[in-house]
Amino acid sequence: MDSVARRLSAVGTGAALELRGVTRLFGALAALTDVTLTVRPGERRAVLGSNGAGKTTLFNCITGDFPPTSGTIRFFGEDVTHFPPYERIRRGLRRTYQISALFPGLTVHDNVYLACCGVSRSRFSPIRPRINDALMQAADDLVQAVHLTAVKQRRVAELAYGQQRQLEIALALAGAPRFILFDEPAAGLSPTERGELVEILTSLPGHIGYIIIEHDMDVALRVVESVTMMHNGRIFKEGPPQEIESDPEVQELYLGGAHG
Amino acid sequence: MSITQDARLQPDNAVTAATPLPGLARPDFGNPAAWVVGFILLVMPLLANGFFLIEIFGTTLILGIVALSLMFLAGYGGMVSLMQLTIAGLAGYMTAVFGLSGNANISLGWPWWLATPMAIALATLFGTVSGALAVRTEGIYTIMITLAIASAFYYFTNQNWVIFNGHTGLNTVVTPHFWGVDWRADIPFYYVILAVAVLCFAAVGYLSRTPFGLALQGVRDNPRRMAALGFNVNAHRVAAYAFASFMASLAGVLQVWNYRQISPGSVGVERAIDILIIAVVGGITRPIGPFIGALIFVLLRTFTLDFLVAIGLDGNRFRLLIGIGFLVIVLFSPDGIVGLWERWRGRGGGPTQPGGGHGHG
Repeated sequence: MDSVARRLSAVGTGAALELRGVTRLFGALAALTDVTLTVRPGERRAVLGSNGAGKTTLFNCITGDFPPTSGTIRFFGEDVTHFPPYERIRRGLRRTYQISALFPGLTVHDNVYLACCGVSRSRFSPIRPRINDALMQAADDLVQAVHLTAVKQRRVAELAYGQQRQLEIALALAGAPRFILFDEPAAGLSPTERGELVEILTSLPGHIGYIIIEHDMDVALRVVESVTMMHNGRIFKEGPPQEIESDPEVQELYLGGAHG
Repeated sequence: MSITQDARLQPDNAVTAATPLPGLARPDFGNPAAWVVGFILLVMPLLANGFFLIEIFGTTLILGIVALSLMFLAGYGGMVSLMQLTIAGLAGYMTAVFGLSGNANISLGWPWWLATPMAIALATLFGTVSGALAVRTEGIYTIMITLAIASAFYYFTNQNWVIFNGHTGLNTVVTPHFWGVDWRADIPFYYVILAVAVLCFAAVGYLSRTPFGLALQGVRDNPRRMAALGFNVNAHRVAAYAFASFMASLAGVLQVWNYRQISPGSVGVERAIDILIIAVVGGITRPIGPFIGALIFVLLRTFTLDFLVAIGLDGNRFRLLIGIGFLVIVLFSPDGIVGLWERWRGRGGGPTQPGGGHGHG
């Protein structure tokens, strides 16, 4: 396993996520242009930008849903640029989707159980789990962590929208995540549900870093320590939330983009 | 805490989820109809003569196993494979080639207990490798590539004389005799077929609620999300092909023992499509569907000939009836007879249907 050797040799470079000159073209359209980004382990960062700024494309490149046209992506020091998504997930990367990507025919518990299997060795197991199975237990704990214990045995199709968004987060917390990408987790949530979301995000263990795409500044700026602004597929400003919020250029571009 | 089935596959199970038996939400075993059917199958040799026992029920179960392997791939994995009969056919050919047949220049004459595992292993390997090819495609392209494999195999058996003996195939295949029993005699053979069918049926039902089976259904519903949960989607699909190929191989061995011969006609494209029809008519949402479809198919094939001749039509028109039946089923009940039955029961039986129904998306 040379990947183990590579991983060991990579220890100490420091960054959880390191993007160098990442560009993604769709035909002639550049969705991402020369994006360079470094995120420390445990760091919580927001990516802001108007629609079409390239935020979700950035996530898709990081998770490997589609590869970058050029550039390199390192995850905890390891070059994962050409890894398939599942290899990145098994190394501790997680993501949620802007539009919930759940398994509507399965129960809440089974959705989470599936996520737990995916990052464990028993993903191919042809043996039915026992009740006291470690993964079953882990799934129960996660269901509880996102306040869904009451609807644990309900099919996902029957859940309210806000509950589905919470389940979406539970799937990303399965196993031992080291870094999570949240794609607009607050979209469509009521103010109360947003409060719960902020609570879930801020109560994550400190070693788990994340990037959150969020249009709602109130949510985004309460749960992050740094902000990256994107515009037309490029990063054009990085800094702590207060600085970004008061930046006149940002206000003009971001608010202009959102309302125009 | 039960790993409850995808309710689209098993609408009744969503109900049992309300009072979960930990890890054991198994409505089938509490179903009196299942016990009655099981009992009838068990005592069938007392009720039926040799013709019914083998020509009707034996053949039904064998075709049912092949169709079950398709149901497993299509219903749980979302992969419609038209090569399941081809895999069965290869197992049948290999049984004759490694074992004893009338074609002494081809058959190697191994004892059955060596020839049969060899045949099953080779056919499973063939199905798995072909599956690895097929999983690179999706939807209609999977159908096309497996159809291409099926028709290539048909023409190959026709033209290859060294192993497959061309269009004459292999005849008078010797079937197992041991412990003083002729296992091809009607009653022992019926029980052999029944045992294999029950094992396959139970295995599919069991697997559907294991991490492997659950993940396969996840792959069917949302492969991209499965990859984002750490699953190697293609590896899962190939593993499903391996298991389905194994089941098809078992049926192939039974098939060649049944007819004691195998020829390109047994693996023709038309036959391969019959398997699809059987699975779809019966219903690919539950393991019982393929067996129901196979029974209907075998009954029609066997008896419509006399019926059609009696009313002055060409007996070979039985395919017309099957075709019309297929059309009606596909139009009115995309989930087959099983689906019809479940809807009927859901309507009459009060609160058996879950709220959201089962949409096909």
